[in-house]
Amino acid sequence: MKVMVPVKRVVDYNVKVRVKSDNTGVELANVKMSMNPFDEIAVEEAIRLKEAGKVEEIVVVSIGPKAATETIRTGLAMGADRGILVEHDDEIHPLAVAKILKGIVGEENPDIVLLGKQAIDDDCNQTGQMLAQLLGWAQGTFASKVEAEDGSLNVTREVDGGLETVKLNLPAIVTTDLRLNEPRYASLPNIMKAKRKPIDEKTAADYGVDATPRLKTLKVEEPAAREAGIKVESVDELVGKLKEKGLI
Amino acid sequence: MTALVFVEHDNAEVKDATLATVTAAKTFGDVHLLVAGSGCASVGDAATKIDGVSKVLVADDALYEHALAEELANLVIGLADSYDAILAPATTTGKNFLPRVAAALDMAQISDIIEVVSEDTFKRPIYAGNAIATVQSSDAKKIITVRATAFDKASAEGGSAAVETISAAAGSGVSSFVGAELSKSDRPELTSAKIIISGGRGMGSGENFALIDAVADKLGAAVGASRAAVDAGFVPNDYQVGQTGKIVAPELYIAVGISGAIQHLAGMKDSKVIVAINKDEEAPIFQVADYGLVADLFDAVPELEKAL
Repeated sequence: MKVMVPVKRVVDYNVKVRVKSDNTGVELANVKMSMNPFDEIAVEEAIRLKEAGKVEEIVVVSIGPKAATETIRTGLAMGADRGILVEHDDEIHPLAVAKILKGIVGEENPDIVLLGKQAIDDDCNQTGQMLAQLLGWAQGTFASKVEAEDGSLNVTREVDGGLETVKLNLPAIVTTDLRLNEPRYASLPNIMKAKRKPIDEKTAADYGVDATPRLKTLKVEEPAAREAGIKVESVDELVGKLKEKGLI
Repeated sequence: MTALVFVEHDNAEVKDATLATVTAAKTFGDVHLLVAGSGCASVGDAATKIDGVSKVLVADDALYEHALAEELANLVIGLADSYDAILAPATTTGKNFLPRVAAALDMAQISDIIEVVSEDTFKRPIYAGNAIATVQSSDAKKIITVRATAFDKASAEGGSAAVETISAAAGSGVSSFVGAELSKSDRPELTSAKIIISGGRGMGSGENFALIDAVADKLGAAVGASRAAVDAGFVPNDYQVGQTGKIVAPELYIAVGISGAIQHLAGMKDSKVIVAINKDEEAPIFQVADYGLVADLFDAVPELEKAL
């Protein structure tokens, strides 16, 4: 089988983001960028399927600026086989991303598209589901376990009430949740090797996709701050305060 | 203008997140509800009583028993022509199927809205709630998931909507339900509880959550956890409060042994009153707590239970 893993270059999850003073967005200049953590889990899962002998080839795809090449290289250093960069400098939203990915799926014919359930920048949680619909494929979102069988996948999903398992006919889309796996660190030899793995370069126009956003961001603000309250000295004082407020 | 709201339910009861979604939907004018399930007549009846709703569509078919995204999406896509807006609660069900509807209609989805500014403009959190974006949609229909804690709940009583039975859409046949391990608890659900007590990495083990359970039983509270506690295997995933878990906003939130990572704060900082119990007085959780107690939780929590 062949797996395609779309990955997004986002602000590193350790960075405390700051809203720009002109309220047009968040500060991205000189900020550390990394692969979206959920996508890293997706790359790891694809590699594990390959190590288990279920998958022969892993293609990592990123849509973004030239610098997203680094994000693809990260996936190649972890163990993916080759990359595709769809160079796009402007803001792009999930629907357009899903349309471009559909175009790539048409050329690559993967059996599984594995991707993060959401990106930690725009927190949309849409791309996998949209791609599944555009392709008419089954989806297993928020996956905490993926088992490949002949012609199908069993995906255990993290849902509000607990866990749920669905069986998907292949080809299918899987989006990853936090507890699917712990991604590996790339070793130095593998980082070196990744530099020689091929990365094709494309644009949105190659797939006939108009990537103009349908949503316009009017402004970006800091959330309302919550004031710190008081320290209490004892459990009794705490219980007293809560009773005073009628909370317990 | 007319909005369609997807009713979140378990084939027996309407979930509270639906009521908040109805409130958000009222901006668009007339509100219709969609109940898709199997053996879900009681849900359809309850839905007719929700205040501000004029019609309830009920699709009662085995196809919808487990709310598979492919099937729910097909049903809603077939209904979309009649509506100017389609809203679902931002639950794992809503997040699962609604983007499929948006893609089929060739429209953007606006995820997790926390405020309706006007019929085409909405506020939504980005970067785990560290920034709030105001976005304007140019699409003909607005496809929206709603963060339930950000809206008042519509009254579950007082309405008298008409029921219209609708037939199921054609089955897609690409996926099937295998099984579920749902947590069974006599306690209230996290997303609708008035009081929540949550444990973090500081609990040290799953067994130690018994201390939290004892307090929860006295208070009639729901029990939650930080991502660290879930990742460590102390409690199941459905306990997780945070940006990637459940978003909660109870009257009282008690955080025990939780340091207060941004990820966790994003899921609970809209609680009315926050109490933090942590032995590290530098823990970031104290910056958002109304009442902070610097103490060893293994002393303080049993003491709290006795004092209640």
